[in-house]
Amino acid sequence: MITWYGELTTRKRLLKRGSLLLLPGMLWLMLFLVLPGLVLVVVSVITRGAYGQLEWVFTLENYKRLAGFTLFGWTPDYLMILWRSVVVAFVTTLVSVILSYPLCFFIAARPERSRYMWLTLVIIPFWTNMVIRAYAWFLILAPEMPFARLAAVLGFIPDGAPLYPNAFAVYLGMVSMFLPFVTLPLYASVERLDWSLVEAAQDLYASRIRVLTQAILPQTMPGLSVGIILTFVPAMGMFVVPDLLGGAKYMLVGNLIQQQFGTSRDWPFGAAISMGLMVLTMIGLQIYRRKGKEIEVV
Amino acid sequence: MRRNHPVIIAISYLTIAFLYLPLAGVAVFSVNAARRGLVWKGFSLKWYLKLFENEWILEAAWNTLLLAVISTIIATILGTILAIAMDRFPWRSRTSNFLDIILHIPVVIPDIILAASLVVAFGLLRLASSLFEPGLLNMIIGHITFQIAFVALVVRSRLVAIGREVEEAARDLFATNWYLLRKVILPLLMPGIIAGAMLAFTLSLDDFVISFFTAGPESQTLPLFIFAAVRRGVTPQIHALSTLIMLVTVVLVVLTERLTRHR
Repeated sequence: MITWYGELTTRKRLLKRGSLLLLPGMLWLMLFLVLPGLVLVVVSVITRGAYGQLEWVFTLENYKRLAGFTLFGWTPDYLMILWRSVVVAFVTTLVSVILSYPLCFFIAARPERSRYMWLTLVIIPFWTNMVIRAYAWFLILAPEMPFARLAAVLGFIPDGAPLYPNAFAVYLGMVSMFLPFVTLPLYASVERLDWSLVEAAQDLYASRIRVLTQAILPQTMPGLSVGIILTFVPAMGMFVVPDLLGGAKYMLVGNLIQQQFGTSRDWPFGAAISMGLMVLTMIGLQIYRRKGKEIEVV
Repeated sequence: MRRNHPVIIAISYLTIAFLYLPLAGVAVFSVNAARRGLVWKGFSLKWYLKLFENEWILEAAWNTLLLAVISTIIATILGTILAIAMDRFPWRSRTSNFLDIILHIPVVIPDIILAASLVVAFGLLRLASSLFEPGLLNMIIGHITFQIAFVALVVRSRLVAIGREVEEAARDLFATNWYLLRKVILPLLMPGIIAGAMLAFTLSLDDFVISFFTAGPESQTLPLFIFAAVRRGVTPQIHALSTLIMLVTVVLVVLTERLTRHR
């Protein structure tokens, strides 16, 4: 017999009732999240038939292909795309963090009324559809617009060419896409910042860098962590931005996966790339968690 | 009042400008009379009127709304029950860790992986039933799957915040399980449920990847429509459509702010 939320009952009876409540939601997640995930793992080690159908012949061919082994020897093409995705996600996160700190301090120092206005200005892009925001960059970088004209005059691009598709456009799109994802959670921490610690550090003649790394960073770590995860993970799998602004020349792993499930109709290979992306994301999160802890301890 | 360094102020203004410049560009060109190209030919609202004559767009708008409403209702119900089940019973720590991990999967994996696994799963289910042809049903299932997790997380944090005292008091006054749920837990939980439902609804409206992978030819949504249209070249109609969606977003954001701040 135990008392649970004021009810005198047995553990067994409670768990029976709890399991009943757990059933619908968990059944759904099992059926449409966990099971499809496991199916994806299985499909990644079977063969694609001549017409794109699945043939249940087990093979590691898909992973070998991802690692670059082809009939004609080794090429780093796919590995390059994976690596590029990691770099793009990392740089996007880093730039978003660097831009978010000043913005958060700025907003936190506004008088209360205008603080909400500024915060809303960050929330609106956060909720604006990604396709529209990517498309907006597509428009702004068009050949007729001042930016492309300027670049043409300076000789970066040929006259009358757009400022896409290239790496620069992808980075612009990615950072503007994910910046609010860092700013909003970070702001929650910055708003609660205990300034007396910062002032104490300054009184003790800490350099600006030390104030930042040892008085501000540890205090804002909770918000920063959420922001980094919210940015890095989706940035790894992003495919709208590179599709519109990167083109075939600057493909990311998201495009590669989409290609396999779209035009190429090669599900096993698509599944293998998805596994690759999954592993990279998990490694990224793991490294971050370890480094993150170190920073917290310091 | 804390003062900011001018550099911080400058960076902040530039960052906000960086976020809004492209969106402003779209809005400006949506009221441009020119049919082709990006040359200013005077103010006109005709592209907005044209939107309401375009059957494709109207159908896509209807699909988007239908998808969001149905998936949000189902996900809110399932997610709320799940949150109560996870928080209010004496699970062993191993069980609750396991449940926790399952619940966090949609939050911490790139959505393209969920989309890919759904494509494959629906592909296999199609062998058994034609119900799983790419289309609205598949999209609804996909959306519910990621929405459940977000609803459950939001509702659960509210459950934790409520604490156990009120429920204990109700028990002491001989409330039955059903009465307790109906008259005590649900009313207290309502703000959390509404917040979760709103989050789920917006996530559905915003989703592109899951829809893109599971949609059929008959079930275009607005983001899918825009994405397809951009690849054929930019048109003033797409500017107008995008601007309209942005305006709806602004209204939703401001409304949500008002609703949650005054509670």
